Amino acid sequence: MTIEPKTVKHQGLSIHTIQTKQFKTNLMVIKFRAPLRKEDVTARALLPYVLQSGTQKWPTTATFRTHLDDLYGMNASVDVSKKGESHILSFSVDVANERYLQDNTPLTKEAVDVLAEMLFNPLLEGEGFSSKIVEQEKRSLKQRLETARDDKMRYASQRLIEEMCEGEPFALYPNGEIDEVDSITPKQLYEVYKRMMAEDTIDLYIVGDIEESNVVKECEIKLSFSVREPLPREKATYTQKEEPKKIVEKQSVKQGKLNIGYRTGTVYGDDDYIPLVMMNGILGGFPHSKLFINVREKESLAYYAASRIESHKGLILIMSGVDPGKIDRAQTIIQEQLTAVQQGDISDKEVSQTRAVMKNQMLETLDAARGIVEVLYQGVVAGTNLTIDEWFSKIDETTKKSIVDVAQKVQLDTTYVLTGKEEA
Amino acid sequence: MEKKRFDQLNEELYFEKMDNGLLVYILPKTDFSKTYATFTTKYGSIDDQFIPFGEKDFVKVPDGIAHFLEHKMFEKEDGDVFQRFSEYGASANAFTSFTRTAYLFSSTSHVKENLTTLIDFVQAPYFTKETVEKEKGIIGQEITMYDDNADWRLYFGTIQNMYHNHPVKVDIAGTIESITDITKDHLYQCYNTFYHPSNMLLFVVGSVDPEEIMKQVREDQQGKNYEAQAPIERKFEEEPSHVKREHHELKMDVQVPKCMVGLKATNVELTGLDLLRRELAVNTALDVLFGRTSPHYTRLYDEGLIDDSFSFDFSQEKGYGFALIGGNTREPKKLANTIQTILREEGNASSITNEQLDSVKKKNIGAFLRSLNSPEYIANQFTRYAFNEMDLFNAVPTLETLTIEDISSALADLAQQDHMTSFFILPKDEEAIE
Repeated sequence: MTIEPKTVKHQGLSIHTIQTKQFKTNLMVIKFRAPLRKEDVTARALLPYVLQSGTQKWPTTATFRTHLDDLYGMNASVDVSKKGESHILSFSVDVANERYLQDNTPLTKEAVDVLAEMLFNPLLEGEGFSSKIVEQEKRSLKQRLETARDDKMRYASQRLIEEMCEGEPFALYPNGEIDEVDSITPKQLYEVYKRMMAEDTIDLYIVGDIEESNVVKECEIKLSFSVREPLPREKATYTQKEEPKKIVEKQSVKQGKLNIGYRTGTVYGDDDYIPLVMMNGILGGFPHSKLFINVREKESLAYYAASRIESHKGLILIMSGVDPGKIDRAQTIIQEQLTAVQQGDISDKEVSQTRAVMKNQMLETLDAARGIVEVLYQGVVAGTNLTIDEWFSKIDETTKKSIVDVAQKVQLDTTYVLTGKEEA
Repeated sequence: MEKKRFDQLNEELYFEKMDNGLLVYILPKTDFSKTYATFTTKYGSIDDQFIPFGEKDFVKVPDGIAHFLEHKMFEKEDGDVFQRFSEYGASANAFTSFTRTAYLFSSTSHVKENLTTLIDFVQAPYFTKETVEKEKGIIGQEITMYDDNADWRLYFGTIQNMYHNHPVKVDIAGTIESITDITKDHLYQCYNTFYHPSNMLLFVVGSVDPEEIMKQVREDQQGKNYEAQAPIERKFEEEPSHVKREHHELKMDVQVPKCMVGLKATNVELTGLDLLRRELAVNTALDVLFGRTSPHYTRLYDEGLIDDSFSFDFSQEKGYGFALIGGNTREPKKLANTIQTILREEGNASSITNEQLDSVKKKNIGAFLRSLNSPEYIANQFTRYAFNEMDLFNAVPTLETLTIEDISSALADLAQQDHMTSFFILPKDEEAIE
């Protein structure tokens, strides 16, 4: 099975269509990509939320959302994320396929109109955005940033990255920095918007049972972006720390969080990327992995102990929640698991299980429209295009030796511990 | 095997009741790579008083036992069941809710083998003293993780405000103390009572041939000797209709306060079509009143009382039910008062118009189509509906028959002063925000 998008480049926009009868709705996602930059990360994070809150045609959330509801609950949403050292703003619409309705309103055409209205016709006031909307969305953004820190699991993951990648753009949180929010003016934000529209690398994905040529034509007319320079593709660099860093923070929490970050030097698209993913699978990606079996099942230290790859940055990140008194013990066992992989203490069964679940994971991801978009976009961001078949044969070709080789490149960088306060 | 066709949706549902009482449903989705299967027992955290299989008297079991049992089902004499699923490339999981325990896998190959593994591991318990003790550390950390999770505490705090006696007020995983008492004998007692096939439902959705799957399950079940089981007797304490307390709050290490308003449901004996109509009516009312198109939402957002975390939901099962409305807010008191005032006013005289109702209906038709993209949604929701004698595929047709009167009477029933409560999570004083 293979998912092959048809890609059309129309001036500044790459349109990728994926024709499939699998879903009962059609999904369109447009992604804007620029380098993560301290000077505009916060304003960019605010931008999608301002754009979805008022347009010339639908000046309020209520009018906009009423229009969407009447189009059989068209779903419109925005998202802010990062991939490696790129900052990505996404705008999505998902709409019922009219062939499952007793109504023949051309919903996919309406979906293109909604995207176009959000992006090209924002509600303006003088030389900036509507000041009321900007103020409201600044307040929401601040609250979003604070609330993210209130979720301790997310907080610990975020703090590890901040400490580990200090001084690198990757340390920036995609939603920006709270201290930067207040000073953003409607006029400045409008300048950031113009820059996004003029300079960002833009990819549009359309997934569903669509008539490709019609939809593409519609998009070329309504989503017209000028030609632009491609984003320079530089492999992010970093200075290796002389000593691994360790940070311990205290809050009023009952469970300790132990998060550990490693550098691998391998990113998505590199020759040893698949062996790295396999290695992560053996170490901590799945319930058959060493971390789950040893930290959780054998030692009963944690409910969750897992590792994941930050694929465009080349990191392995381990996360676990353990009793504050047992953090050292957990750390020892985690380190032992990595050492075991590095020394080749890997059974044939572990390799074959990991192969099987990795293939399964990929195919399952492609069973959701959003999954298809994300998998394809991974390749676009990295500038490599692997088909699913190629991906699978690389998994099959990966040997234990190549897994051990890549494991030996893995270096401890930073350990972050969130633990309880001794309360009086 | 019976077959039901939904022409407009282009879906087919196959059904058979096995001789031992197990209900099996199959929904083929041939455009998908994966197959998703759930094997669910109608047994959750609220089933803490019952007559054990083969006995005469009611017993009360420790809090958190249904969830504990779910964890322990994965361990067998020859090791962990996750290992076997991984060998066939499947990803497996399980969850326990108030009323259900579900075991599941999804896989894009070896469906037959994985389905056998699923059915066999759920139908062959293996508990020892050592493995039960070992699990207490793991579940202890799961409980502690939820203890530190402000959203979870908000959710449970609101439920605990509403319920005096009903076990829905007890955290699904129990407490560190309550799980200390759990023994392997408790686990076998609960297992033997609630895991009889006649109390269970198997749902398979995905790239399968329904004939083959049904044959496999039929032969498998015929090969296992289950004696017929009498209906399970459960017991619940009397629950007053009013809330236990109007308000309570908790201080945690958070920066932004959280506010939840709870409405305790009446008429909690409803099942089948009546329950379906009630759920749809209340959810529609909440959508019109608090959805992003509503004047109330606009006002609350303009005043800075809510942000995009604001949400609402209503669910009801036999014996309990509640609506929850709230989110992150700078001014929890003001938000709670405003929500309660809106509900009181609407309960007295609903302002909901036909136009609003039609808009919600349209929106839900699209939302239902969207949810049919998800095998997980189909299997889990179908099972929940079936256990309450409702039909998932009847939800949209039923919604279309709802009238303004249905909505206003549901609201009048629900939005009574002594059925309302509020719960706040507040920052600790030393970390208070300016």
